[in-house]
Amino acid sequence: MIVAALAFYLFSIVAIIAALNVIFQKNPVHSVLWLILTFFNAAGLFVLLGAEFVAMILVVVYVGAVAVLFLFVVMMLDINITMMREGFIKYLPVGALVGGILFVELAIVFGSWAMSPQSEALRSAPVPEGISNTEALGNILYTQYFYLFQGAGIVLLVAMVGSIVLTLRRRPGVRKQDISVQNNRRVQDTLEVVKVPVGKGLAS
Amino acid sequence: MTIGLGHYLTVSAILFTLGIFGIFLNRKNLIVILMSVELMLLSVNINLVAFSSFLNDLAGQVFTMLVLTVAAAEAAIGLAIVVVFYRNRRSIEVEDINQMRG
Repeated sequence: MIVAALAFYLFSIVAIIAALNVIFQKNPVHSVLWLILTFFNAAGLFVLLGAEFVAMILVVVYVGAVAVLFLFVVMMLDINITMMREGFIKYLPVGALVGGILFVELAIVFGSWAMSPQSEALRSAPVPEGISNTEALGNILYTQYFYLFQGAGIVLLVAMVGSIVLTLRRRPGVRKQDISVQNNRRVQDTLEVVKVPVGKGLAS
Repeated sequence: MTIGLGHYLTVSAILFTLGIFGIFLNRKNLIVILMSVELMLLSVNINLVAFSSFLNDLAGQVFTMLVLTVAAAEAAIGLAIVVVFYRNRRSIEVEDINQMRG
């Protein structure tokens, strides 16, 4: 029990410090690296909560895909880092005010909140006994929450199409392979058989 | 020294507040704003998983996966928009995004 508590404090404190660094780093590349550390520690918290599958998905999706995407974009864009801190002091008071108010509100809600004894009866998918977290999730994800699963797939498809449409551009003067043009070439259009008269050549 | 639901909710509240704070502070860098949004979505995920674990209800973890999907889609679209904007304006400052204002 004490080990779990210590692990909780380790993961949560490192996650919060890393999140602070995400915001306050000057260099966006360092921000992305701190964001990766935050995700890893959040995955550790998920493992402590007994949600192993979601923890591994978090590492794969967030660290493997999203954070690397951020890293690519940060390195592709030529950003002037020294300009980035302008207006930092200007927005500090209003940011602190809004953040502080929100945190106090959340603290009030969470502090006075208690689990209702009837909430056990309202569960839509109680955890079954004797099978692992991944198996239990798979059992309900493909049956009870099938439409949600399909909807998530459609969201990803739309995002993929959208990002391709947004970033695709046709640049003039680039020698690019056009397969339909290649397939539509016919022999008659490009090749001509000429009978060359003996002794005259192709002068005409 | 037992770790209850309140501990996890506190961590997620702190992460959410840091996300809000990051949106306000980094007005010159759109990418860090997107990262702050990711932080906020992560804190929502921690909330969902904590409730799911303490209620013994798997629905929270299913919804966590949906939030993860939406976060990945949002990052992809957002970064595509940032790339297109940088291509046109050579800048990713929030103050420069006023072309739609008319």
